Amino acid sequence: MPTFSSVLIEHCQQTPHRVTVTIQKSGEPDYDITYAELLERAAEYSAAYLRAGIKSGDVLILILQHGRELIYAYWGAILCGAIPSLMPFLTEKLSPERYRADLTALFEHSQPAGVVTYPEFQQLLRETLEKNKREDVRVFVTDNIPVEGGGESFAGLQRAEEDIALLQHSSGSTGLQKGVALSHRAIFNHLDSYAESIRLTPEDVIISWLPLYHDMGLIACFLMPILRGVRVVLMSPFEWVRAPYRMLQSISKYKGTLTWVPNFSYNFCAQKIRDRDLEDVSLASWRVSVSTSEPVRFESHKIFYERFKSFGLRWETLQTSYGMAENVFAASQNDLDKTPYVENIDRESYVTEKVARPAFDDRPSISMMSCGRPIRGTSFRVVDESGADLPERSVGEFAIKSNCMLTEYYNRPDLTAKAFLSEGWYLTGDYGYLFNGEVFVAGRKKDILIIGGKNVYPQDLESLACEVEGVHPGRTVAFGLFDEQQGTEEVVIVAEMDSDDPARQEIIADEIRKYVTKNSAIAVRRVHVVGPKWILKTTSGKIARSANKEKYIAEFAAGD
Amino acid sequence: MTIELINQKLAEFIVTKILAQPKRILRTDEALITGGVIDSFSLIDLALFVEDNFGVRIADSELNSSTFDSLDQLSALIVSRQAK
Repeated sequence: MPTFSSVLIEHCQQTPHRVTVTIQKSGEPDYDITYAELLERAAEYSAAYLRAGIKSGDVLILILQHGRELIYAYWGAILCGAIPSLMPFLTEKLSPERYRADLTALFEHSQPAGVVTYPEFQQLLRETLEKNKREDVRVFVTDNIPVEGGGESFAGLQRAEEDIALLQHSSGSTGLQKGVALSHRAIFNHLDSYAESIRLTPEDVIISWLPLYHDMGLIACFLMPILRGVRVVLMSPFEWVRAPYRMLQSISKYKGTLTWVPNFSYNFCAQKIRDRDLEDVSLASWRVSVSTSEPVRFESHKIFYERFKSFGLRWETLQTSYGMAENVFAASQNDLDKTPYVENIDRESYVTEKVARPAFDDRPSISMMSCGRPIRGTSFRVVDESGADLPERSVGEFAIKSNCMLTEYYNRPDLTAKAFLSEGWYLTGDYGYLFNGEVFVAGRKKDILIIGGKNVYPQDLESLACEVEGVHPGRTVAFGLFDEQQGTEEVVIVAEMDSDDPARQEIIADEIRKYVTKNSAIAVRRVHVVGPKWILKTTSGKIARSANKEKYIAEFAAGD
Repeated sequence: MTIELINQKLAEFIVTKILAQPKRILRTDEALITGGVIDSFSLIDLALFVEDNFGVRIADSELNSSTFDSLDQLSALIVSRQAK
């Protein structure tokens, strides 16, 4: 029975000199990591973990910047049988106090035995551990891992198929309380069917700028290539966002064939890349670009294709998928022989009857793009509030069942129990419909905003806004508004204060913008401070997000 | 072009195009990057604006707070490069 460790060792025995990861860093030559080097360096980490008393099944949290050490440290954890979990590192805009609070939440629920980090972060980490009386947690610093001592026998080889291989967290303090625990078996099952969907071969070359702490980057662009003998070229998301042309240059340089991207990146690249940065760039090798992790938009595909077709981009390269960390990564994938199916549905039937009826009689319609069909081993149902099945074209919640489902939310039996219907059907929290076997995603049941591919919890933003002086306690609301130009949602925060003075409201709005930006994963522009009694609450006293969104659109956003 | 004029043009671009709050007053010593005023997704817009309007190129590896964080620092950088 294979485990991550046995597969890595096998690749190393069969093709030790094959390059599996190429690391790109601005201002430095590209660095190739072969299987032999990966195993050797990961073994050093594994030995260091073992010497410090890390045991099989312990959780190891990795807080590391983009680079080689992250890759060695991650695979070192695998080799010693530990459960790695990546956490985003502190960026320059984020407040260290908030980051520390997030870390505390993460420690609380994942109970790590150790944390691996980079030298500059060591102090903040140790202070946090001390404050939380968690001095028992071992700290590993990348510049202090002895180069000798990688053993031949790895505890990771003794892991059973059903043992947990890794944890994935989504961002934000709410997301950190919920680690998705995936077994070796679930991940191998997923890679078997997903590799088939995308027709993965060892000749493929994956190009990625995605962070490894999200499923799209971690599974599709890190674990899949290494476990399946495919090369991946990795650049940092921080460098990509400042120089998006680099991904296209890398596709050209390495004859890249596969990429995964969130929808907004199509608009972003089309608007911000200049031809002078694409001299001699050819995108002819690019066979599949999978848009996933935020709602897919036909408009964004068109904008991107029109902008880059003269560089060899093909229309059929642009594909779609729908997935979630709980199913390892993908749940559906478009058939590569076709371009994603697009249809217009009647707006009124959709809103009032929750039925996706094909548009008729020139009435107002909504354009929907398919996310393809369920991957092999994953089944879909669409259910109503009571969990009963709905017919084709009816909009309800997707429930899925698969051979690659999460084992649990780590240490959270309460959340795990709530996530499932009977007989192993997982409730995704996403709304949509099925037609002709194709999956169309329409929205979310859970109040999660997806901003540029990042999951953001409105309740986190609301409580942050309440922390700003002058804001009426408990009277803030956050929601997303779709921005057509950016191809993603934009966050709106409305906060009440006890004054109708516009000048004072503007000052508080600015304070909220700064405070929320420094204390969350996103940057907030649209903040509206209003006078008393603007915000609508439900009869039970909860903030009614959708009602407040409607009110905001009617009062402030019309004509934007 | 004087530092004051450069600051004024930069500020106008930032408040209207990046922040979409035309009435917002930016202090010239305000921390734009570490203060969370400019989002990482907008840094490239600022670099392209500088290039188009002042004929100075800021490399993508320089788009961080160690190169500039405030309007004053950015305009000083522009002037020093224009002089070369």
